[in-house]
Amino acid sequence: MPFVPHTEQDVRDMLGVIGVPDIETLFDEIPAALRCGELNGVPEAHSEQQVSRLMSRRAAADGEPLCFIGAGAYEHHIPAAVWQIVTRGEFYSAYTPYQAEASQGTLQLIYEFQSMMTALTAMDVSNASLYDGASALSEALLMAVRSNRKSSSRRVLMPVNVHPAYRKTAHAIVTNQDIDLVEVAYDPLGGHTALDSLKAHAGEDITALVIQQPNFFGVLEEVDELTDWAHANGALVIAVVNPVATALLKPPGRWGTEGADIVVGEGQPLGVPLSSGGPYFGFMCARQQHVRQMPGRIVGRTVDRDGRTGYTLTLQAREQHIRRSKATSNICTNQGLLVTAATIHMALLGGEGLRRVALACHANTRALVEKLGNDYIRPRFNRPYFHEAVMSSALALPRLLRPLYAHNLQPGYELAGDYPELADCLLVCATETKTEDDLNLYRDHLARVIEKQTSAGCPVQPKMA
Amino acid sequence: MLIFEHSKPGRRATAQAPFGEPAADDLPAALLRDDVPALPEVSEMQAVRHYTRLSQKNFSIDTNFYPLGSCTMKYNPRACNSLAMLPGFLARHPLAPASEGQGVLACLYELQEMLRDVTGMKAVSLTPAAGAQGEFAGVAMIRAYHQARADTARNEILVPDAAHGTNPATATMCGYKVREIPTDRNGDVDIEALRAAVGPHTAGIMLTNPSTLGVFERRIKEIAGIVHDAGGLLYYDGANLNAILGKVRPGDMGFDVIHMNLHKTFSTPHGGGGPGAGPVGVSERLQPFLPVPLVAFDGDEYRWVTEQDLPQSIGRLSAFMGNVGVLLRAYVYARLLGRDGMRRVAEFATLNANYLMKQLQNAGFDLAYPNRRATHEFIVTLKRQAREQHVTAMDFAKRLLDFGYHAPTTYFPLLVPECLLIEPTETETREELDGFVEAMKQIQEEAETNPALLHEAPHTQPVRRLDEVRAARELDVRWSNDR
Repeated sequence: MPFVPHTEQDVRDMLGVIGVPDIETLFDEIPAALRCGELNGVPEAHSEQQVSRLMSRRAAADGEPLCFIGAGAYEHHIPAAVWQIVTRGEFYSAYTPYQAEASQGTLQLIYEFQSMMTALTAMDVSNASLYDGASALSEALLMAVRSNRKSSSRRVLMPVNVHPAYRKTAHAIVTNQDIDLVEVAYDPLGGHTALDSLKAHAGEDITALVIQQPNFFGVLEEVDELTDWAHANGALVIAVVNPVATALLKPPGRWGTEGADIVVGEGQPLGVPLSSGGPYFGFMCARQQHVRQMPGRIVGRTVDRDGRTGYTLTLQAREQHIRRSKATSNICTNQGLLVTAATIHMALLGGEGLRRVALACHANTRALVEKLGNDYIRPRFNRPYFHEAVMSSALALPRLLRPLYAHNLQPGYELAGDYPELADCLLVCATETKTEDDLNLYRDHLARVIEKQTSAGCPVQPKMA
Repeated sequence: MLIFEHSKPGRRATAQAPFGEPAADDLPAALLRDDVPALPEVSEMQAVRHYTRLSQKNFSIDTNFYPLGSCTMKYNPRACNSLAMLPGFLARHPLAPASEGQGVLACLYELQEMLRDVTGMKAVSLTPAAGAQGEFAGVAMIRAYHQARADTARNEILVPDAAHGTNPATATMCGYKVREIPTDRNGDVDIEALRAAVGPHTAGIMLTNPSTLGVFERRIKEIAGIVHDAGGLLYYDGANLNAILGKVRPGDMGFDVIHMNLHKTFSTPHGGGGPGAGPVGVSERLQPFLPVPLVAFDGDEYRWVTEQDLPQSIGRLSAFMGNVGVLLRAYVYARLLGRDGMRRVAEFATLNANYLMKQLQNAGFDLAYPNRRATHEFIVTLKRQAREQHVTAMDFAKRLLDFGYHAPTTYFPLLVPECLLIEPTETETREELDGFVEAMKQIQEEAETNPALLHEAPHTQPVRRLDEVRAARELDVRWSNDR
């Protein structure tokens, strides 16, 4: 019996103590008519060796491709020490640190995490994580509505160049509370949110403006002027940032005159593997005056009876287990183990290491854009970008890319599904993990496919020349 | 000591970052950071030693008996971790085409099918990231269902007073008013109060069965009838699914929508507060509203089911698929257990709980519901000790730490005074349970002879009881080097 330690003698003795003839009797309060039969949809037990064979085969089938997809999840080097420590049983198999005295390891680590995130974003406070970047943005929208006392409209300006999956998630989560998400178009040449596109809303009651830096297209926004515009119009600024980029780019706490009010993002680039999309973690930082409106757990430093420093969950009156229907959110379990990974990752990289990662990502993507450019492929937007760029193709994209998969190469993320006007556009990303050879390989494979598809006898001709 | 206090300017773990410093001369200076973020500057060994030492300041399942009621702290098999972390699974980008992920999709599809069977529901979506997000998905589906029928007067969700705090918090997040239903003397839902509460404004009820009181709700079919007759739907909070796995299925009890906590019943790790996974299962009428993505299989290839396939879906709850790595761990666990192993989970969790309950009763402790069977957990009330010896449930909990046992859940459910909610799980040996009973007996003796030992406990942990009032009043939530 897997993971059940009882011997037959144990069972007999224990039943004797309870005073019942068999285990079945312990279920006698369940009405007989409700009892189920065999679970035919569940296979028979397998040994660890058998399951290992199965899983190894399946993992191998998914391969380890040369991946140039970003779009919200990024391949980075993760120091070996990170996951070796994370999977120590003392971190891996502990519960939420409600019993503070028996959880000082996790609690101190979260306090260090909060300190690192506030240093990175230049904000005052951080929580202990949310599920992922998209759900963190949703929570930020709800928080902004609670925090912005000057606004009663529950209207949030949401640029279309914010990650499409984040916008979909926000729609699923916040519209139940009658929050209105107002789309803002992006500049067709730059891919950024131009100040002019906001001016139509000047003087309106707006609760918040969302600014993603870099935005979904990888393009850098003019964060100072956008932030100042929002504040001048009584709106809070919700920044969505990539934590690695923040080591190189101006941190949201310093945007414009006053800085962003709430900062959220996807923590995955800090030591979390791609893993088909999760588990990742969302982070959230804010200005001090909004701390009581934050969702999720927060760890504070205090002292014990002998005056020794210790750490404990704090401001719990915001949370569901205390405040129930009046809580700031229903979140309970968050992404603790990923926060453990991110904290160790940031300690190993340090500020300088993270800055170098960001620089290498940027340089590699610049090189990739340069190499991929040719008569048929060119950058779609003319503004500066961080570590992703939209490439526009004169040839039908799906047909162009399909052959690359056969070479174990994943060329990027096609935008047609999310942005019909960007059909035949590809979002490419090259992080610090890519070498010059990798970039050349991509260029050469792509050139060969293009050559094949445009050579004499082939009817395909470029749309733009 | 904090990692920041080990820091020294100029020190780095140089093997971990790229060697070069390419210029970012194409980026406007106004968009750049003008300093290096103040993260710790330590060597690799300093970081490894620091975090290894921190880990040693934790209780965990791997090191201690952890009978935390309602949390199902059972053994997390190591194979689940190592097989979910095979390189092919870790390297896969969430937006890579489904054709480039048939291995992981096969696991997810089979898990979906197994969960469908063990819950007796029509369809399952794996995507919610934790129990509370599963609850959100469930109540959002109830709302979408009523709206699709233009039944818009339903603005209230019923929640028993013993429910987890996430239930009322979720109802609020979905835009509902919350109405509490009292519990009767025996721990069942007060049926008459329920009858009086339902009506044309009832959107649904959120129930945990077995309830948070550690007893099975015997009149569940009657409750289902009352709520359904009023036009409401039934939501099943799967926090306590461990108690009934393979014995009775929420679908057969009449529930329309359920969530499961894979980090409880399916033994994925709690990780010091997550990640979890909170798949939802639904009856036929809620199927069109399931959150996406799901996984479909046409006999040849696995693919994602998205908004295009399910236009009435409540939508997406995270950017990608949810906590795939957690789902893979649960999948491995389910394959190791097999169908008989799942039934044994409920059987031995129940055996352990009833044995421990009986032994504590024999040792003189008062049970909250002495005439009921324990399910996978039960409640001891220390009301008498509080009155006679002036020691509280919190004192007992803290003193247990000194004996190497994690405290049971204290002060929940709120309606039982001075309560300890105790859940031993199926993976503990009888010897471990006996050791716990001995510790409880000794603590009771201390309460009678030297209560200060309890009041001042714990004595053996890295810190003693912490000043929580100060933590909240003099808020200190980040380190700064000008301290």
